[in-house]
Amino acid sequence: MGYLDRQLAGRTNPAEDAGWQDAPSRKGFFTDTSICIGCKACEVACKEWNGIPLDGLTISGNSYDNTGDLGASTWRHVAFVEQSQDRIQAARESGKRLVDLGMPSIGTPEPAPEPAGAQPAGYGTLPAPIEGHGPALSDMLDEKANVEAGGTGDYGLTVDGVPIVGPVPEFRWLMSSDVCKHCTHAGCLDVCPTGSLFRSEHGTVVVQDDICNGCGYCVGACPFGVIERRTDDSVSVTADAHVPNVGVAQKCTLCYDRLAHDQTPACAQTCPTTSIKFGAHEDMVASAKERVVQLHEQGFTEARLYGANEDDGVGGTGSVFLLLDEPEVYGLPPDPVVPTAKLPEMFRTAGVAGLGLLGAAALAFIGSKS
Amino acid sequence: MTTSPFDSYRPPETGRRRRRASGVRGAVSGATREVAKGARRSWMNREGGGQREAPAVPDAEFSSYYGQPVVKPVPWDHRISAYLFVGGIAGTSGIIAAGAAATGNELLRRNSRLTSMVTVGLSGVALVADLGRPERFLNMLRTVKLTSPMSVGTWILSGYSAFAGVTTATEVLGMLPARGPLRSLARVLAPLTAPATVGQALLGAPLAAYTSVLLSDTAHPVWHESRRQLPFVFVGSAALASGGVQMLLAPAGHTGPARRLALLGVGTELLAMHRLEEHLAQLHIDEPLTSGKGAGKLRLARALTIAGGVGTLLAGRSRLAALAAGAALTTASALTRAGIVEAGIESAKDPQYTVRLQKDRLEERRSRGVVHDSAVTVR
Repeated sequence: MGYLDRQLAGRTNPAEDAGWQDAPSRKGFFTDTSICIGCKACEVACKEWNGIPLDGLTISGNSYDNTGDLGASTWRHVAFVEQSQDRIQAARESGKRLVDLGMPSIGTPEPAPEPAGAQPAGYGTLPAPIEGHGPALSDMLDEKANVEAGGTGDYGLTVDGVPIVGPVPEFRWLMSSDVCKHCTHAGCLDVCPTGSLFRSEHGTVVVQDDICNGCGYCVGACPFGVIERRTDDSVSVTADAHVPNVGVAQKCTLCYDRLAHDQTPACAQTCPTTSIKFGAHEDMVASAKERVVQLHEQGFTEARLYGANEDDGVGGTGSVFLLLDEPEVYGLPPDPVVPTAKLPEMFRTAGVAGLGLLGAAALAFIGSKS
Repeated sequence: MTTSPFDSYRPPETGRRRRRASGVRGAVSGATREVAKGARRSWMNREGGGQREAPAVPDAEFSSYYGQPVVKPVPWDHRISAYLFVGGIAGTSGIIAAGAAATGNELLRRNSRLTSMVTVGLSGVALVADLGRPERFLNMLRTVKLTSPMSVGTWILSGYSAFAGVTTATEVLGMLPARGPLRSLARVLAPLTAPATVGQALLGAPLAAYTSVLLSDTAHPVWHESRRQLPFVFVGSAALASGGVQMLLAPAGHTGPARRLALLGVGTELLAMHRLEEHLAQLHIDEPLTSGKGAGKLRLARALTIAGGVGTLLAGRSRLAALAAGAALTTASALTRAGIVEAGIESAKDPQYTVRLQKDRLEERRSRGVVHDSAVTVR
């Protein structure tokens, strides 16, 4: 029963579940949005390597984001979110609230330092602001010295109870490179009627272009809105003006072709800030956890992980993200659940309805004679 | 009121804030789409001609990424609505045909067998039209996948078509003069007809019901959340539509059981639809059903269902009244399918439904102290 139970929801090793024997370690991304600079090199590298056509050259009017969202011809998408002070404050509060709720956390390297004696953390510490822009450096140094001397004041605290020195910035950009999540329980893969979507030996989800029949069911079944059917609006970038795979579902393959040769996916290899990291899934989750602790120590209480929990609605995602605000701010679902998790219930209800139909028909025909 | 100091230069907002055809959220994605189509637009006003608020400020209700959908709507259109509609009629007509064969109602048996064959053929046409090329249907016959309602449905449809083919062939041969090769064909089919009739009835029920699972097994909030009510809406709708078709095809004296089935369908559909709306209202995602694009169709469908049901009850032996009632019921079923398809797609296109539902769900779990299963973790 265990094997069947694991098919639709819960913790599992997806490659093993799909029948791979001696599968290599599960691969995944860790996208650290706190060091993303929004250069879009990942978008370009992905397009270049995978030969993805253009889907229009437009200005969306949404900050520096001219790509819009993930889709058939956009397998990496950099989101730009402009935030003012009150939004940053709200993000800090919501991040701290997660701690108060006792959200799961594993492997905190050290016990929380004592509030009084600990090094103050804060927005103002690194790097120092230019004079005349933002808070004066001297004020912040005074504040820091005051905290270190055991002085009291109206300081915010990090999740570890360390006082945060320095004001919240008046403005910030959140940049985040989004990608297919390669879920442990992938909605798209589960509902594909042709077997075109398959689980690779690396635990990732890949589309076979020649088998996809373009029904579009995977599009609706993805709780993250990643996979899409390529439309004929796409523009070729090759000399022969050929647009491949029109009418076929397309999404990130986690560079299946490169993985087969022990290469790093194009986006991760090109990322100049190492915001996109690639490797064994467990290493990625571990480094994500390490990084979020580091950020919390620096006073960035808004930092949180997305997709690192194996008990969530999709059994954990292959691509883990470090976010600096609520997921919906980045266009990510706050509580994604793979729709097929409820499939037994749906089939049961439909079965009852079908039996009801047969019963109703029997009732309608009782006592009827030609 | 502005939510950010950066917006102090903006004119005050006018109009309703909660629901608008092209507000902050819609404006951005709408503008993007229009730009893609080559619509004229200046850099500053973002399609609104300066009348509307520019979309840099997040919505006060919840934060969204420039109004972009969180989940992608399925690329389905009226062809899938048509598929759901004729598939329902096909499945239930097979059941009626079996009942008529069992009770010796020859006219009803013949009509419903022919109806089931025609409609199942049409549903195949609608499906292939949606896929684009006929051979793409064959890709689905490569595999059997129990986790995919569409794969299960394909096999139900194929099996049903095979049974319907046998029963319809028997029926057609009966209408033709029995001579030559036709006679030997009839002799071959004779022993197959009874099992095919039973098989058609047994597969007819899942054919009418599986499409609800097809819709529910998506991340579209309205479809997914109506998973407990939608099967009953769909079988009710299928029953009333196939009853309606039989009322159109034959005089009242022959269609008694079909009319009774249609009435049972009317009752089931109205009740299930009511419960569905109540359930979605509880989750605060009923707007696509009550005031969205599909809402008009659903309202009309309900009116026609009630009118058709009353007509069926009161028509008596009047052929004209029966025709009107049958037409009303059939149209109602088509409108229900179209309305539900459109409402579901609308609920996916607007991120507010997805985000609101999930945030409420998350909040409810957290308030119960359940925090282990969130996609967001603190460390």
